[in-house]
Amino acid sequence: MIEVNELTKRYGDTTAVRNLTFQVRPGHVTGFLGPNGAGKTTTLRMLLGLIGPTGGSATIGGQPFRRHPRGLRHVGALLDAGDVHGGRSARAHLEALARSNRIPRSRVDEVLEEVGLAGAAARRRVDGFSLGMRQRLGIATALLGEPPVLLFDEPLNGLDPEGVLWVRELFRGLAAEGRTVFVSSHLMSEMEHTADELIVIGRGELIAAESVAAFAARGTRPTVTVRTPDLAQLTAVLSEEGAAVAPYDDRTLKVTGLSAARIGELALHHRILLEELTPQAASLEAAFMELTAESTEFLAGDAR
Amino acid sequence: MTTLALTPAPAPPAARFTDLLAAEWIKLRSLRSTYWALGAGALAVIGFNANAARVHTHDYPRYNPQMRSIAWELALRDAFTNGSALILILAAASIGAITVVGEYSTGLIRTTLAAVPDRRALMAAKVVVVTAVMTLYGAFVATASFASTQAILTTRHAAVSITHFGALRVVVASALLAPVCALAGMALGALIRHSASTMVAVTAVLLLVPGFITDRYRWTAAVRHAMPVNAWTRLTGIAYGQDPFTRVPRYGATVTGSWVVLGAWAVVSAVIVVVAVDRRDV
Repeated sequence: MIEVNELTKRYGDTTAVRNLTFQVRPGHVTGFLGPNGAGKTTTLRMLLGLIGPTGGSATIGGQPFRRHPRGLRHVGALLDAGDVHGGRSARAHLEALARSNRIPRSRVDEVLEEVGLAGAAARRRVDGFSLGMRQRLGIATALLGEPPVLLFDEPLNGLDPEGVLWVRELFRGLAAEGRTVFVSSHLMSEMEHTADELIVIGRGELIAAESVAAFAARGTRPTVTVRTPDLAQLTAVLSEEGAAVAPYDDRTLKVTGLSAARIGELALHHRILLEELTPQAASLEAAFMELTAESTEFLAGDAR
Repeated sequence: MTTLALTPAPAPPAARFTDLLAAEWIKLRSLRSTYWALGAGALAVIGFNANAARVHTHDYPRYNPQMRSIAWELALRDAFTNGSALILILAAASIGAITVVGEYSTGLIRTTLAAVPDRRALMAAKVVVVTAVMTLYGAFVATASFASTQAILTTRHAAVSITHFGALRVVVASALLAPVCALAGMALGALIRHSASTMVAVTAVLLLVPGFITDRYRWTAAVRHAMPVNAWTRLTGIAYGQDPFTRVPRYGATVTGSWVVLGAWAVVSAVIVVVAVDRRDV
């Protein structure tokens, strides 16, 4: 169980995280979503006690993480796949971490096996690893202590499609064992098939904390695409009914505020020919874009 | 991954400091750069000392009786030369600095602190391991230098034994230079946390600045004597005050004071390492 309460972090005039409050429950994969610069990494670092909050609290299992003398059996974390010393082998890296937490060496072999880095790869210096291999090493680090809580910051970056599938299965398995799995991402499409629950933030503030299904339904107003040769008349009829009508091309309209059935009824009543009538399913991606549109820190074209 | 249910979670084993020592030892010995730095440093230090003895051996027949009468002073000077001391200071401080800065510059520090949230214990373990390794290293380098230089000088019967007045002090003071400067490097690394800047600071603080401070005034002399390299110079200057060829400064350094200086640098540096890492965000 992760509890974040009124969490705030300011750097000078910049507020990276503002009054953030949410809980992450065990037994689920919870996605932590937000555009770049939304404050996800800052929040995760505060959870791990790496940086101190300006205000509020972040606890894991009811305790600030820094209270624990050793961490690996309480929380497993992959913050950045690059957070290793390139001069060490994967095995030496894991052995040092395991030893510091009195985790037996056999566990190092187990996790190396589990993430697919056993054998020659484990003996290679991390310098020569691809991003995908580093992600696997980071995941191995998180799994070392078999912790009840796992944090992953953008774990899918750099993984091939097979790797992405593997990670999804792994996360589901960890959640099914009753663990708390908290996974950040800036891509909704990644979370759509990975997470059950979502915490969405933008510009350091909470936007939504609910199930994936509820989020999808909430975000997007359903749209209906209508194709007709009689664009003008249909626009007039639908507008009269209170719908928002936006022309898409010279024969197509995007209608919001009316169901497809009602549009068909009105068209029949006014003897307007319809060539296409397609309700648009609510998409998670669209919901995310819509909800975070105002809170995007860096828009394309902005000077960074 | 085990498929057993999570509850009841086994109580984690008690946190032991020795585990942290073992982990830091694994980290130090699993880096190839550690061996390169230690090896190159040792070769340079021992090599320069041996070369000084070789030169003196070569020139010995041309020495007049007065110089031959102080041959034991030359022998002790060759046992650990100024140049070698500077190399040892730089090598030891760099190795110490890298053990801290290497964590920050690679980002490893975040992984380390997520595994060991008790930062004071973590850094204390690092301090203990580096101090132990560098003390052994210093002892080896100083002993090997003494043995090789005296072996060379023996050919002219100009060597001294370790029981000779001052010989042990030269060896011990030179050996201690390694852990003291390694700790100073760690402290600067913990404060600066950036590779290149730390190296510049190490060179400036330990090598450049001491040479620029005069002992003409009481307070500057006090500062000068408080630098590790000057403490070493005083401790290894066995004929200090008795040598007819060198001037004794008005505000001279004492042997006891110089031992204290080396100890104080070690202790203060260790405290800085532990406190600086504990206090700051990463």
